[in-house]
Amino acid sequence: MTAAAAVDLARVQFATTSIYHFLFVPLTLGLGPLVAIMQTIWHRTGDEAWLRLTRFFGTLYLINFAIGVATGLVQEFEFGMNWSVYSRFVGNVFGAPLAIEGLAAFALESTFLGLWIFGWNRLSPRLHLATLWIAVVGSWLSGYFILVANSWMQHPVGYKLVNGEAQLTSVWALLSNGFALRAYLHTMLAGLIFGSTLMLGVCCWHLLRGRDVDVFRRAAKLALIVALPATLLQLVVGNRFGEAVTSAQSMKIAASEAQWNTCQPCGFSLFQIGGFTKSDQTPSFSITVPRVLSYMATGSFDGQVQGLNALQEQESLKYGPGNYMPNVRVIYWSMRVMAYMGVLLFLVAAVGAWLFWKRKLERARWFLWTAMVAIAFPYIAATAGWVLTEMGRQPWIVQGLLLTSKANSPAVSTTWLGISLGFFITLYLALGVVDFVLMRRYARPDLPMPAKEVPEPAVTY
Amino acid sequence: MDLQIFWFCLIAALWGAYLVLEGFDFGVGMLLPFVPRDERERTVMFESIGPVWDGNEVWLVIAGGATFAAFPAWYGTMFSGFYLALLLVLFFLIVRVVSFEWRDKIDSTGWRRVWLWANAGGSTGIALIWGIALSTLLHGVPLNSHGDYAGNFWDLFRPYTIFGGVAFVLVFAFHGANFLSLRTTGDLYVRVRRAARLLAVPAVAVVTGFLVWTVQVAVDRNDKNVFPPVLAAALAVAAFVLAALLVYIGRDGIAFVMGAIGTLGMVATLFTSLYPRVMVSSPNFANSLTVSGTASAHYTLAVMTVVAAIVTPIVLVYQCWSYHVFRHRLRAESSDPDVAPELRPQPEG
Repeated sequence: MTAAAAVDLARVQFATTSIYHFLFVPLTLGLGPLVAIMQTIWHRTGDEAWLRLTRFFGTLYLINFAIGVATGLVQEFEFGMNWSVYSRFVGNVFGAPLAIEGLAAFALESTFLGLWIFGWNRLSPRLHLATLWIAVVGSWLSGYFILVANSWMQHPVGYKLVNGEAQLTSVWALLSNGFALRAYLHTMLAGLIFGSTLMLGVCCWHLLRGRDVDVFRRAAKLALIVALPATLLQLVVGNRFGEAVTSAQSMKIAASEAQWNTCQPCGFSLFQIGGFTKSDQTPSFSITVPRVLSYMATGSFDGQVQGLNALQEQESLKYGPGNYMPNVRVIYWSMRVMAYMGVLLFLVAAVGAWLFWKRKLERARWFLWTAMVAIAFPYIAATAGWVLTEMGRQPWIVQGLLLTSKANSPAVSTTWLGISLGFFITLYLALGVVDFVLMRRYARPDLPMPAKEVPEPAVTY
Repeated sequence: MDLQIFWFCLIAALWGAYLVLEGFDFGVGMLLPFVPRDERERTVMFESIGPVWDGNEVWLVIAGGATFAAFPAWYGTMFSGFYLALLLVLFFLIVRVVSFEWRDKIDSTGWRRVWLWANAGGSTGIALIWGIALSTLLHGVPLNSHGDYAGNFWDLFRPYTIFGGVAFVLVFAFHGANFLSLRTTGDLYVRVRRAARLLAVPAVAVVTGFLVWTVQVAVDRNDKNVFPPVLAAALAVAAFVLAALLVYIGRDGIAFVMGAIGTLGMVATLFTSLYPRVMVSSPNFANSLTVSGTASAHYTLAVMTVVAAIVTPIVLVYQCWSYHVFRHRLRAESSDPDVAPELRPQPEG
């Protein structure tokens, strides 16, 4: 058994389980408020169409929510199971937002979602609607505390080192970490994009079939009203988030642009072949937009972006000899995939809105198909985004404080790690297949009838 | 009061809350293959805990997070040491979670049977493992001088710890039957009562044995005096015996409450036996992890104390309200297993 193999296996496992978890989380974050809005409209107007939509999308929301919950606990356990040295090192700081998340946010979400699911005829319509909104607030709060914890790994604040352990010195610094606030905005917008894109795609499928056209057109309108500003704002916020990363993690930005040498002003590389390794620093082919990288990284078209070589030299001086660069090829492309998907999503929302405005939406079959395909885009973008965030921080597990290679559990052998990795992959594939089948099954049929039209079961015991 | 001790007590309380609450929904899961006679009754059993199981499981998430934050070194050693056991817990938890949400999504007997067994197996498995894991903290495992686990998977299985696991399973099955007798009517109610009476004697006998054994292990292996652990154990045994008697004379409600108090007493016995250690090392007792040796710094504990003091009462209030909303008895006669619960009007009870 080699220590490096154990670290690699633990990393693959965390990547697998957290990326998988995050396929379900943002849809919960985004579809929740949309379902709540639909139920609110029904509550306000009494229009049955919105009740049918609430129940239709509510079912999709809950199928998705189940796996989000099921796979969420895995992360919490995994810190202790696979990363015990990390847990001891960060527990003082990182543990607090995690514990608060459970107590202040997840408890709210789970209890009130239970009330919503089973409370249709037990609670007054007003109170029942409130339970869903409270559950949504719970999920959004939950996202905040989790991102506070993660952002501390990217940009540690409010701590001091005592006996080789990080200790919290200011909870306010931790909670108001600028990195966390930007990451939060970025992630919540991603959630809204997930929710609205899925809703739009499902509506387009029904418009294509020509069933319940009138109802699904209204739902598509709601989806577009959310998707258009969310995708546009995300382009801006994503960009601003880049600035926060530049100041906290210069290496990550340099790697995401495969920028080996310090430049001023710097062009943004749209596409390049080669130029991803230390021995091959100049791409054989590239398309570059002048000055845009300077703007994205620093907010000024004349800004200076430090290159990988200079940063490597600085960090070697600061932390001792070693390789402080992440895998440049992976980081460069994950950044591109995320950004391009973001732009595509904006275009889909913009074209959709234009077609809707011109009253051509349900006749533009090419667009209806495109919108269905676009359901996949947020998933690709979010996965790429997390690869960029987490692999871009390497070799650090906590930026500048603890190396990933020194953070895993000494008591856990490669055999156990191999077994658990195989276990999670098998289980998650099975869950994913069933979830996909169920989502499709419940996204395709006609809308459910309003409650009062559901016949009481004829059979009696 | 010393914040480290306060957080040790709070974590014990969180485990207590978790096991009392999820204890009965584990119990309902364990009884699924035996008590109901048809699909409608099975659906009623699922629905009896449907609105609340997720809120109950939250207490585990909080207990885990609190241990991470308040005792990072305990968290790291325990979770990496009990590796395969916790992997199994995760497996059972996951299949159990999806069993609730997916069972009624496809109208097929085979499909529903799969999720019924997933729920029953998951509930039994988790109860067994928590019993083993918590009693192992006291019984001791090999730890090295860095506080890392130095044993293997089989070190968790000792006669005492396995007995602890069985005690947890029986107690929760009994607790679940008592809960169901508050939430059912008619024929199902009659059979649930029968199950509770059937389980009462073995559950109380085994848990009494387990608690006596626990006090003895505390004295022999953890350098404790008989007092105070025996006090908590006596309280727990008294509550469980009362619960059993109350079941026989048909006082379901108060029997359920006594079962809950007994479960709290059982957790209290384990944690008072453990203090001032959090994880006993055996054979090298000196390597045991202690409350003061694993705790976070004062500032972190102070911040978390403030948060817990403000938020916990709120959580308790809305969770109680949720139980109040779903207090009615469910009738098998008017449940419709073919329609997802969120899509159908709830029957009045």
